Parts: sequence; C-alpha cells; structure tokens
Amino acid sequence: MAKEYTVGGRGFLDNLGKIYAIYTGGFFGFVIVLGILEQLGVPNRYIGYGFVFLTIAVYAAIGILSRTSEVGEYYVAGRSVPSVYNGMATGADWMSGASFVGMAGTLFLLGYDGLAFVLGWTGGYVLVAVLIAPFLRKFGAYTVPDFFSERYGGAFARLLAVIVLISCSFTYVVAQIYATGLIASRFLDLDFQVAVYAGLVGILLCSMLGGMKAVTWTQVAQYIVLIVAYLLPVVILSAKKYGIPVPQLTYGQAIQDITNLEQSMISKGLADAKTLKPHIKPFTTYDPLNFFALIFCLMVGTASLPHILMRYFTTPSVREARSSVAWSLFFIFLLYFTAPAYAAFSKLEVYSLINKGTNLTDLPQWIYTYGKIGLIKLCGKDAVDAAAVAAACAGKATQLRLQDLTINTDVIVLSTPEIAGMPYVIAGLVAAGGLAAALSTADGLLLAIANALSHDIYYKLVDPNAPTARRLIVSRIFLLVVAVVAAYVASTKPADILSMVAWAFSLAAAGIFPALTLGVWWKRANTPGAVLGMILGFGTTLYYLVGTRYFAPSFYEMWSWLGTATPAAAQKYADLKAAWMAAAPGDAQAAAWKAFDTHAQSVASWWGVKNISAALFGLPVGFLTIIIVSLLTPAPSRRVQDMVDATRRPAGDLIMADKGAGGMVGGH
Amino acid sequence: MQQVNAERHWSRTSALMWIMLILWATFSFFIHMFVEQLNTITILGFPLGFYMAAQGSLLAFVIMLFIFAKRQDTIDRQEGVAED
Repeated sequence: MAKEYTVGGRGFLDNLGKIYAIYTGGFFGFVIVLGILEQLGVPNRYIGYGFVFLTIAVYAAIGILSRTSEVGEYYVAGRSVPSVYNGMATGADWMSGASFVGMAGTLFLLGYDGLAFVLGWTGGYVLVAVLIAPFLRKFGAYTVPDFFSERYGGAFARLLAVIVLISCSFTYVVAQIYATGLIASRFLDLDFQVAVYAGLVGILLCSMLGGMKAVTWTQVAQYIVLIVAYLLPVVILSAKKYGIPVPQLTYGQAIQDITNLEQSMISKGLADAKTLKPHIKPFTTYDPLNFFALIFCLMVGTASLPHILMRYFTTPSVREARSSVAWSLFFIFLLYFTAPAYAAFSKLEVYSLINKGTNLTDLPQWIYTYGKIGLIKLCGKDAVDAAAVAAACAGKATQLRLQDLTINTDVIVLSTPEIAGMPYVIAGLVAAGGLAAALSTADGLLLAIANALSHDIYYKLVDPNAPTARRLIVSRIFLLVVAVVAAYVASTKPADILSMVAWAFSLAAAGIFPALTLGVWWKRANTPGAVLGMILGFGTTLYYLVGTRYFAPSFYEMWSWLGTATPAAAQKYADLKAAWMAAAPGDAQAAAWKAFDTHAQSVASWWGVKNISAALFGLPVGFLTIIIVSLLTPAPSRRVQDMVDATRRPAGDLIMADKGAGGMVGGH
Repeated sequence: MQQVNAERHWSRTSALMWIMLILWATFSFFIHMFVEQLNTITILGFPLGFYMAAQGSLLAFVIMLFIFAKRQDTIDRQEGVAED
C-alpha cells in the first residue's frame, strides 16, 4: 500500500472509503497469492511467515505514516475520525485476542450459559451510547480522568480515576501481549519469550509515533483483517455442509443434530449423562443468579473501560459520537453472532466422530496436532500420538468417549480450517486475525495507561507548565516503559494475571460507572459524594475479589452467615481444615492446604455470587454512597452546575479547551 | 434561528433515556428469564430461547442504537441545541 499523503491528513480523510477499499482488496489478493503459492508447494511454515510479517509491516507502516507532533492529534486523533471508521476501530480495540480465539471455545464448552459473555459484551454499548459517550465527547476531555477532575473538584478525584484505570487496564494488556506471544510462537515456531518481545515491537510501532491518531488508523486496518479471518472459514464450512454461505442461519440445523447426538451418545454409553451439558439447556454451569449477574457486570464494565470510552473522544461531533457507538456495536456484532455458529459446527463435528464409534487406534490427525501442544487431552493425558493415547486410556476405554476428551477453548477457532479440511492458507489467515485482535486491543490499552500517566499525572499534577514538545516526549517514554513492563510480566507466563483479566470489568464498573453517570445525569452529585463513592464502590469490589480468591478460608469464616454453603459443604470445609491442621509440615501440609483452600474458594461468597461478578456489590455501594453523601453535603457550585448543563447540550464549544490542539471542534 | 429550550430538551432526552434503559433491560435480562418456555418453540432449527441469547437480543441492541442516534438527533434539532 503506497500512500503519498500522510495518514490522518486532509487528503487521507477525504478518501477514506477508497483507501480502505483498496486495502481490503489488496488483502484478499494477498490471501489468494499465498493460496496459489501453497498449491505450488511452498511449505506451510513460509505461508505462516508471510501472513504474520506482512500484516505487521502494514500496521507498522500506517503507524509510522501517522506520526504527529500535535497534542490534539496525539491524544484524540484531532477529533476528526468519522463515525463508521471510529466504529471499526472500536471493534478492533474491543475484541481481544481472547475473544477472537477463545469465545467460540467457551460456547462449545458451556453451551447456553456461555451466551452470558456474548450478551454481556454487546449490550453494554447501549449504556455507552445512552448514558456516557455523547456527553464525554461534548466535554472535550483528553482522558477519562479529565472528566472526574473537572466535574469533581480537581486532583484527588483525578488521582482516584487514574488508579481505577490502571488497575483495570494493566492485567488486561498483559493478557493481550501474552496472546500475541502465544499466536506468534505457535505459527512462527519462535520461542515464547522471543515471540512476546517481537509482538511488543509490533505494538510499539503502531502507537509510539502517532498516539491515538496512529492507533485509530491501524485499528481500522486490523479490524478488516480480523473480521475477514473470523468469518471466512465458517462461511466456507456452512456453504460446504448446507449449501448456504450464511453460518448464522444454518447452525440452527446443527443445533438440532447436536441435541439428537447427545441422546444417541448417552444411549450408546459413549457419553456420561451426569457430566454431559446439553448444548441448549440453560443454567448447567451458572445458576440463574450468576448468569444474570455476569451479564450485568460485563455490560456495566464495558461502559466503564477507559480504553473504549476514549475512542468516542475522537469523533468530529457529539452526533457522530452517538452514531459511532451504534456502528461499533454493529461491527462487534458481526463477530459475536458468528461465534455460536463456530461452536455449533465444531461440536457437531466432534460429536459425530464420537457417535459413530471411533476406535482409539484410528483417531483423526488433528487430535494429535493439538494434543502435541497440550490443547487436547484424552483420559487425562496430552493426546500426543496413538501410543500415548493407548497408554493413557488402557483399561478404561477402547473407543473415543466424550467424558475422556478434554478440549482447550482455544482449539475451536484455530482448528476449524483443519478439521474441515481447508488448505493451510486459511489457518494462516486465522492466525493473522488473532494477531490483529490481540495487537489492536493491546495498542488501545497501552495508550489509555500511558496517557493517564503522562497527561493526568505528569502534565496535570506534576508540571502543568510543560511545553507541548516535552509533553509528547513524556507520553512516548511512558508508553515505552508501560509496554516493556507489560511484556516482561507476560513473558513470565503469569497464570494468575490471566485469570484476573475477567476482574477488569467488575473493577472498572464499580470504580468508574456510578460517578461518571451521576456526574452527567444528576447535577446534585458533588465532590465528597463522588470521592467516597468511588473509594467504597471500588473497595468493596476489590475486597470481594481478593477475599474470595486469595483469603478464601478467612472470608468464609467471617461471612459464612451470608454464604450459601450446604450443610454437607460446610462439614467438608471443617473436615478439610482439620486435615490441614493435623498434617505434618512439608509436602503433606501443602497438599492438605491446597485441597482446603480450593474447597474454601468454592464456598466463600455472599449469597453464592461468583467473584467474576463482584461489581454486583460494588455498584450499589458506589451509587448509594454518592447519593447519600451528596445529599448530606452542600450542592456543587453554580459553575459546576452550569458546566453539567453545557455538557448535556450538544451545541456550543467544548467544555475543556483544546489547548494547543490541531483539530478544534471538527464540524464538516 | 431556532428557539432554544434547554429544559424541554433535557426532559425529552431523559424520557428517551428511560425508554432505552427499559428496552435494554428487557433484551438483556427479562426475556432470558423465560428461556425454558421459549425453547419449546423452534424456528429454522433454533430453539427460540437459545436464539434470543445468541442472536435475537444482539440484533435488538444494534437496531436500538441506530434508532436512538436518530431520535436523539431529532430532539436536539427540535429544541435548538443541535450542533451546526
């Protein structure tokens, strides 16, 4: 892609449609060329290299062409991104490597209950559009903490918002870099640590020179790659199987077949009726309370994540901020309403294989391919090859049975091309898509963290007189430092951090949502209320998360009167505790502690709510605190109330002046 | 030049907000409480309860947001507080 004019400049903005159409066409051409090369006998390994290097080179080129020395362009892309393109960029920003690779697998494993994620990660945009985004756009902030500072009386509220922002974004960005490393190492045969730092270079090239402006235009390019990569394999599969290339419609048939196969497998003794979760049956994993609590927390969390909210600072107008949320959801919807189809098709494939009574001696090749990298287990052991499977299942089974098969959630999307017998080029495409999803999300998150440190901490709190050039240099230094620290943490493969990503939604929801929405919708909300509300809401959520996960026994003992442990579970707790206290120091004690702690984690709760939905407690605490404390203390000043009024009206200047910014209020 | 009526603008905006939140709660929570009953109906092979969580509610969210953007813009224009 040769671009003569600068990315993000006038000539670029006037020709967006043409440029991205050429880009998309070029990308398809590239896939076809690699497909032809594969037929000519070029080894798969080089096809994989081709995909990964060329796509990263394109993103890097866009990032470098978007370099800027203007503060307004660096922080908010000059507020000149049209709503449809901002929608695409938000889609890429939002859909992480885990969504791309793992979502269909989660639906495969959980069936109906997994749809809580599909619902939770889409419906939140209704809250963004109605309650938040247009008002933040009118406000004219550079960062989300800017709003807190202006609305709630300065430095302390700003600092609290920064703390919430960093605590919910950092674990998240580590997980993205981890995903980049995983995909790169799997498809390029690089060492994982090396792959992590290679991914880091890709991420920095996209964001460092051009800030938000560069990230925006690479995210649009990344969205196109990721959506093509997600849709193409399953569209081909649907066309092959049912003659209609619309998987979202045809998988209804697959669901019926799955339900029939479930019965058939049980009657043949190839599946265990006790452990099989019928695909369409609700509430097999989560009880209704946890199902709806999870949906609720994911939705409110979505509406509170700073790296998403800041995307709506970049549109030319308040009106476009609103339509941009609609476009964002549309582009996200394209992937999320396809994920259940992926899950259904793979499940049908696997269940058919089991149902026809496959001997363990003639399993299909893909089981060993993924068994070798530890993603498929049979009878509790990695399915490395026929001999390993025979050894693991000896005396248990001679045929493939559902209860002996363990499939990692990442396998479903990665293996679909292979299971359906498609050429390797499609698998390479899927890898490029997963990489695009992880890189784009990492870029958005890194920028959110680095901007909070450079704009909110350095410029607003430490040195308000810093000249533009120095502010931009500081921004870039923070970006680099945060990125390197995140990559270092990712390279250690921290199991805990990865599971903590799910916490980000609850932390963001409890810390940010009440003060943000009341700040716009309730003029009476004042500084003491908001500050206390943020501390108590966030604190409650953090206490619940950490307490139920890391201090489960003491949490349980303190709160057993609020828990839902059955008498049998309570008895088991007492027995395990006694066993741990009686165990001899050393290995025996450690093992006893592990059993005790694991059980304690399953009973430590308030009303049985799982800790992924911790915001269920933090949100009401936050809202009530803000309301009660605000009503007990004096109303905000006339100036603040007028400012809220101005925020509510789209017309007029931005509330916070864009000092030294290139693009002022855009217009058309 | 249009008459600016900030108060009426905000009361109409708030009314629209409540309508949107009610629709949001309906498609996020309410209909899924009846999943078992809905699953007895089958369309194109999909049990309806499953379909609503996998596609129906998502489609509703997307459509809702485009209508909302248009509706809110009309309110802004009629009350004289729209941009340009």
